[in-house]
Amino acid sequence: MKHTLSVHVEDKPGALTRVATMFARRGFNIESLAVGPTEREDVSRITLRVDCEQHSLEQIEKQMHKLVNVLRVTELVPSESLERELLLVRVAALPDRRAELIALAGAFNARVADVGPDSLVFEVVGSADEIEAFQELVRPHGIKELVRTGRIGLARASAREQRRRLSAIN
Amino acid sequence: MRMLGADAILRSLEAEGVEVVFGLPGGAILPLYDALARGTTIRHVLARHEQGAGHMAEGYARASGRPGVAIATSGPGATNLVTPIADAWMDSTPLVCITGQVRSNLIGTDAFQECDITGITLPIVKHSWLVQDVRELPGVIRAAFHVATTGRCGPVLVDVPRDVQEAELDFSYPETVDLPGWKPPSRVNARQVRDAAEAIAKAREPLLYVGGGVVNGDATEETLALAEAGTLPAVTTLMAKGAFPDSHELHFGHPGMHGQKWANWAINKCDVLVAVGSRFDDRVTGKLAAFAPGATVVHLDVDAAEIGKLRRADVPVVGPLKLVLAQLAEQVAAHREAGTPAPHEWVRRLERWRDEFPLRYRGEGGRIRPQAVLETLRDLTAGRDDVVFTTGVGQHQMWAMQYLQCDRPRSFVTSGGLGTMGYGVPAAIGAKAARPDATVVCVDGDGCFQMTAQELATAVQARLPIVVVLVNNGHLGMVLQWQDLFYAERRSQVELGYDLPDYAKLAEAYGAIGLTVDREDELEDALASALSAGRTVVVDVRVDAAAQCYPMIPAGAAALDLVEDPAAEAVRVA
Repeated sequence: MKHTLSVHVEDKPGALTRVATMFARRGFNIESLAVGPTEREDVSRITLRVDCEQHSLEQIEKQMHKLVNVLRVTELVPSESLERELLLVRVAALPDRRAELIALAGAFNARVADVGPDSLVFEVVGSADEIEAFQELVRPHGIKELVRTGRIGLARASAREQRRRLSAIN
Repeated sequence: MRMLGADAILRSLEAEGVEVVFGLPGGAILPLYDALARGTTIRHVLARHEQGAGHMAEGYARASGRPGVAIATSGPGATNLVTPIADAWMDSTPLVCITGQVRSNLIGTDAFQECDITGITLPIVKHSWLVQDVRELPGVIRAAFHVATTGRCGPVLVDVPRDVQEAELDFSYPETVDLPGWKPPSRVNARQVRDAAEAIAKAREPLLYVGGGVVNGDATEETLALAEAGTLPAVTTLMAKGAFPDSHELHFGHPGMHGQKWANWAINKCDVLVAVGSRFDDRVTGKLAAFAPGATVVHLDVDAAEIGKLRRADVPVVGPLKLVLAQLAEQVAAHREAGTPAPHEWVRRLERWRDEFPLRYRGEGGRIRPQAVLETLRDLTAGRDDVVFTTGVGQHQMWAMQYLQCDRPRSFVTSGGLGTMGYGVPAAIGAKAARPDATVVCVDGDGCFQMTAQELATAVQARLPIVVVLVNNGHLGMVLQWQDLFYAERRSQVELGYDLPDYAKLAEAYGAIGLTVDREDELEDALASALSAGRTVVVDVRVDAAAQCYPMIPAGAAALDLVEDPAAEAVRVA
């Protein structure tokens, strides 16, 4: 089963490496990872997507808590959180196909980020599902290059218990 | 006070109460060694190889309960510490390593003797620091000691570029640590303890499965109090040998691959298994699914990640073991007073098994029997409170576990998790530094001994005399045993030779005493004289290479598949 974890770490050299190394060493697989600054200057937030059983998830959480730079580990439960991802994709677009592609993009709230002689770069912000749907839709036109940020997430403003700490024990 | 970074390191170590450090100088750590020469209260023991320094620091830590400190230069000096760091990681030994690093402006340029030691050791340290600003040094060292010794103990590394050691700072040692992400459990959940006490008190066939965490958590007295309060029999793992007195009437041996049959049977048949600072290591459990198959598991540990890692805990208790066990002992005593019966019948059953299935080995005649070496050593040392044993890794280590009698915590120092050959001699030197009044005996194999034998020079020069009892079978004995048992006796690269080198002469070359024992009837005198020599002695005991270590549970097999010595003069068969 897939889980999204939000990990607050001290903004110190090597903090991300320590998290990544722990995953590698314990044999856990990271599906996507995004890291960036937070509301606090000295804290970064890593959003991790992992595919594992509940038992492994508990191990991951406990092992992460043992890392000195890790401040907090929370699971973002789909019903109580927002998840977004950014896609940049360069699609083949000869002049006669441009109008069709741009119309398609409009339906997805995709922005045309750049225009070239034979291709367009789109930018889409959305849930992973939305991004995948857009990707599939433009695929027949010819995807020249594609990059995704990996998802980031936040608890919903309406979520009562904003941060659900994972620990099964203590 | 204004001073250099190098001096700040020493003042910080002094402030931590460090008495002795183990190390070897080199280019990138020269400023620190210069500071040592300019004056400190700390004793520096000069090792001959950084691996030796690391294991000495580990031996010191295990024998004393205080963190061990090892110092090395950059590059190869630092990489030579990797094995001790990995060893300390596996056995949760508090170890603080300080390494020199090339100058800050050279980092990343493949400079002479540069290596990314914080990167290399990332998966085997609790935490590490590459100090980039001299003003950080006191705080980093304060934090390093704090992390190494709190929660589950373990190794940390502080890497200090040469220019940082040479830069000036205004020194003051911080009172507190600034580690917002480091919060090892300090309290105990009352409900968890209550549930555990109830499960333990109501068990008909309870068993304490005591691990090294009890020693690290300074909870050996509390463990004993719990056992006695509830009449709870106990087995101790290799790492916990001595944590619960071997001679105690409630002690029933050591579980695992080469553990006594009765200890493994006890685990197999118990109805409530109380894991106390133990981690269900595969060398203890064998086939996990068949380990304590019918038991409810109560798991006590300071490290929440150990709970449920390998075996589901029915009753988990996370917290400092000293606190947890003290509360448990009290509550179990209350249960007994309230009338829940003590498991006397179960204890009697364990006693019967112990009587029925003693350790056995082949009869006299021919070459010296290695088991007889350990029995003789036990008879010469049992009951003494001033003996510390260390071991290498292999057959001799398992015989030491089986036959030696250790009644006090920190009297048996060994490499468990990593299984580091070569650990014994340097660990003994470290243990001697920790306990100068004790007789420190390293039970070693000939293969292990040769991996770190150069540290005999350290023992002699630093006047830290140790007794090495070399169980010399001329082979890599445990590998030989596996080849004989599981590879159709195809012996592959295991023969070392009994006298290559001549160990007694080698000892003498180092300024130690060397003795060679070829006959079993010479054994007692030789060992007795070594124990009372007051100097470093190597007793080369040439034993029968055909002797195998039994009982044995083949890897991945279950406790009931335990095999006994086919060469033994069987008295009774199970």
